[in-house]
Amino acid sequence: MKPLACMLTFIIALAAVPLVVQSNTALNFLITALLIALVGQGWNILGGYGGQYSFGHAAFFGTGAYVTAILQVRYSVNAWPGFLAGVTAGASMGAIIGALTFRAGIRGSYFALVTLAFAEVLRILASVAPITGAGVGTLIKLDLRASALQFQSRAVFYWVILALVAVSLLIAYALERTRFGAWLIAVRENEDAATALGVNAFKVKLGAMTISAAVTAAAGCFYAQYFLFIDSGIAYGTRMSVEALLTPIIGGSGTVFGPLLGALVVKSLSEVAIWVAGDAPGLNLIVYGCVLILVIAFAPRGLVGLLGGLKTHLARSRLLKDAANG
Amino acid sequence: MLSPVILIPAILNGLLTGAVYALVALGLTLIYGVLHIINFAHGAMLSAAMFAAFFAFRLLGLDPYVAIFLIAPAFFVIGYGLQRFVIGPASHGDDRNMLLVTLGLAVVIENVLLVAFRADTRTIDLPYAFQTIDLGFAFLAIPRVIGFAAVLVVALALGAVMTLTDTGKAIRAVAKEKVGAQLAGIDVAHIYAVTFGLGTACVAIAACLLMPTYYVNPTAGEAFVLVAFTIVVLGGMGSVAGALIGGLVIGVVESLSGLFLGESLGQIGIFLIFIAVLLVRPTGLFGAKA
Amino acid sequence: MAKALLSIESVSRRFGGLLAVNHVSLAAPTGRITALIGPNGAGKTTLFALISGFLAPTEGSIHYGGEPITTLPAHERARRGIARTFQIVQPFSGLSVRDNIVVGAHLHHPTRAAALDLADAIGRELGLGAMLDRPADTLTVAGRKRLELARALATKPKLLLLDEVLAGLNPTEIREMVPLVRGLCGRGITIIMIEHVMQAVMSLSEHVFVLAEGCIIAEGTPAAVAADPGVIEAYLGHGAAKKWGAPHVQ
Repeated sequence: MKPLACMLTFIIALAAVPLVVQSNTALNFLITALLIALVGQGWNILGGYGGQYSFGHAAFFGTGAYVTAILQVRYSVNAWPGFLAGVTAGASMGAIIGALTFRAGIRGSYFALVTLAFAEVLRILASVAPITGAGVGTLIKLDLRASALQFQSRAVFYWVILALVAVSLLIAYALERTRFGAWLIAVRENEDAATALGVNAFKVKLGAMTISAAVTAAAGCFYAQYFLFIDSGIAYGTRMSVEALLTPIIGGSGTVFGPLLGALVVKSLSEVAIWVAGDAPGLNLIVYGCVLILVIAFAPRGLVGLLGGLKTHLARSRLLKDAANG
Repeated sequence: MLSPVILIPAILNGLLTGAVYALVALGLTLIYGVLHIINFAHGAMLSAAMFAAFFAFRLLGLDPYVAIFLIAPAFFVIGYGLQRFVIGPASHGDDRNMLLVTLGLAVVIENVLLVAFRADTRTIDLPYAFQTIDLGFAFLAIPRVIGFAAVLVVALALGAVMTLTDTGKAIRAVAKEKVGAQLAGIDVAHIYAVTFGLGTACVAIAACLLMPTYYVNPTAGEAFVLVAFTIVVLGGMGSVAGALIGGLVIGVVESLSGLFLGESLGQIGIFLIFIAVLLVRPTGLFGAKA
Repeated sequence: MAKALLSIESVSRRFGGLLAVNHVSLAAPTGRITALIGPNGAGKTTLFALISGFLAPTEGSIHYGGEPITTLPAHERARRGIARTFQIVQPFSGLSVRDNIVVGAHLHHPTRAAALDLADAIGRELGLGAMLDRPADTLTVAGRKRLELARALATKPKLLLLDEVLAGLNPTEIREMVPLVRGLCGRGITIIMIEHVMQAVMSLSEHVFVLAEGCIIAEGTPAAVAADPGVIEAYLGHGAAKKWGAPHVQ
């Protein structure tokens, strides 16, 4: 099981990082990068493997975040079951939106539009509803105890998000090796041909959407625990939806490690932009937009695709060299 | 609340605003009908055009209705260039990629506006902006009347271009059957770019028509474009008649629901109609297959 | 005569003003090869779409293995053993040849290992053994046709709908494909084939239905159908039967 062993080694190596790196800034960078990687992996399951491009994945991120926060703040529910509730709520949101849209046979641009619309509806609702704190947002009380899913040391937060990312990597890995995953990829490539081979496209897409939503919601729950504040713009805004699709596209959609690579690139670009041009609002989104266009234009299969292409190129030139040398 | 004295002006004003919505929707449906993509950058282009109209007034002293003759051609060129040199090449002909590229453009344009002009809301003050025409049973704001008339002119002009000019015929040919058009010697990339340019020009004209009565900030365009999306989906993607009639209908619906429901819930209403139409009848009232 | 695995009773399909399939009734005897021929636009592929569940009939009913399946969704029909190939081949172009076949194999084999084994076996049987690892879009037209067939076979079908499986092949490739198709019938698979290559129709099928403008205009053995003046007219135009006098068999 070479790939699995590779993955485990990689995760263990990443886990060792806080033992070496002590700086809070660096850890914060890594934590937010892993957070975006988790969101991206969520999108990747539906968009990369399933080929259904959602432009409103913030709908699940925000639902996870808000449910976790509201349960703690208004109903004194403990953070741990709150986290689970957030993930479940996000998954349910995915199932509902998925059932409605896939039952209506919506695909392609229309799917992107509808998901965008759902996220916007949620954003507007969240910005006026009293339960979410409306425009003011929701603030979780600082309570640095493990029982409240808050930690004094950033390292522990890092390990938590790393564990979540590891789970998402395993999910993607499993997708590539199970019947469900094979069917999902078939639906992406050609839904009619897949149907002719007995694949229930509706069920497969719905399943993918639910899992995708659950993973993204988990990221939202983590966000709430780490930053202790959310509002409608953060939870359901376009920025999160854009980051959700940007990280897998840059890193390589439909691959296990794509979103992780993409997240590191996106975060780094963001930091560089701030360093070069200051922290103007909207600046990093300009960078994101340009990078998105450039990646689609020149490296549509993302970084993983580029690396794969490099490997094939090297292998081929070695073959030619061997052939030339007899 | 339901007395004709209040309803009739609301309906009439709804028709007038609806005309401008229809123009924005027209640009969107034109692009979809020919290129078969949903232009996610439409809203950002509208914001950009509104800023152009704003600065034309502030810096050059140009009345927005006059500025149309400057801004519309300029935006036609911008739209042409974007499709010909950015969207077309970057997408490699893949629909999914085109979605992402137009999204990327939308994000870039909107945030460039944000960084350049910040999020402040700006308006222009025209001396005649608040003058009205008195019909006896209703008062109609002059800018809205001008807007309505202008949209009619544009719609007729566009119709003439489509039926009478060679380019227009080429556009219709490409919309119907791309490969056949190519075989007949039509430069599809050029036609795509012309269509995108026309769609963007529509948006630019709409921007100038809106400025007297509306405000501008980097996200203003998005709000309009969601309405435009709803119209296009309601009237049918690719249907010009659908866009025009749908625009008028939505204008009236918005006016009436503003009367009964108030501002922010009105916004959600539009979205919900949008989602409902997509789920129930994606081809809209007049449209072709999705 | 063997019982009919598939029977269609007075099925019609309307698209707006166009009646693409007009009260068609036919039966495919179990374990035999039945051909469906007719000029372009006759409605043959539409009929396949109706049988496989991709379109719903406006009227009429479809029975498979004695059970009515008129309202059964397409993927369910595939599960019950109705497989089809497409007139314009549709491989999963992003996947390897093997992974293409695996998708079909998974229908009755949940584990990846079993599906892979079946895919390899079928791939080799259809002459794709050397290309199993290659991307599906590097195959030639003939290769893609074989892949379509392999994928469909991996679903362990009882009824196989072949839509112009020989189209686009050169004479050598046709000569290689015909015994393949015959071999499938030998395995007990019932086949209905839409075909324009007449030599294949003649040598493979035992019963032929002729569809023109949505209606069945003739049926019978290949020889009888080829001699039928109505069939000649449908292909060659009004008055052709008279012009060419006595029936003309190649």
